[in-house]
Amino acid sequence: MIDKISIIISKGSLDGVYPGLIMANGARAEGIDANLFFTFFGLDAIHRGRQQRIKLATVGNPGLHLPTLAGAVPGVSALMTRYLGRKMDTLDIPPVPEFVEMIADTGAGLYACKASVDLFGYGEDDFVEHVKGIITVGELYDLADGGQIVFT
Amino acid sequence: MPEKVYAGTAVTVNDEGFFTEPGQWREEMTSELAREYGIERLTEQHWQVVKHMRYQYEQNGTGPNVRALARSSGVTIKELYQLFPKGPAKLAARIAGIPKPRGCI
Repeated sequence: MIDKISIIISKGSLDGVYPGLIMANGARAEGIDANLFFTFFGLDAIHRGRQQRIKLATVGNPGLHLPTLAGAVPGVSALMTRYLGRKMDTLDIPPVPEFVEMIADTGAGLYACKASVDLFGYGEDDFVEHVKGIITVGELYDLADGGQIVFT
Repeated sequence: MPEKVYAGTAVTVNDEGFFTEPGQWREEMTSELAREYGIERLTEQHWQVVKHMRYQYEQNGTGPNVRALARSSGVTIKELYQLFPKGPAKLAARIAGIPKPRGCI
């Protein structure tokens, strides 16, 4: 089994965020060291004001088997997100804010990408307290040294 | 199936060290099991978690995952990872002599 994994989360949709969270948490449950690096819209998952409002992408998402235009109707994304949220609740999958906190509690490292933070004009205070730091790509590679990197 | 001896009694375990017959497990085996998995001394809190794991297995036929374990045992996720750094649910399941808990969360 591998010893360490670094997972890069780059999307700000529900379907973009959850796989990375589940893989990081699952790694820790197996005793594998884990880092999470949030970049570009993936930053929403650790942003204080935005992490509660992450929605399912209903446009340009063929996996939903919805006509593209139906996915663009106002409210559809919110509706599908609520529907999925209820299903997740029955399966005991926590909502994003609780999941992020839980992963930090397992000892995984949570980091924000400096280039993206600068791009969106964020500061340290914009992120939840569990974030260990705002780091450069070079620093990420340092942290990831000796392990595997997964881009989601 | 590999055979192991804990507290002077032979038991069968699978390749990952989980008991294949949980009925063979006895409390006296726990400190030897813990040492085998890198825990030198079982504290009272370790014990609480191991016993709880066993109890959940007896109630539900399966051990809980880490999140459910934290919720039902009253030991927080942070503490669980301090007690069992190499994966709390799986380590505690090995020490409690129950099968590997399965689940992605």
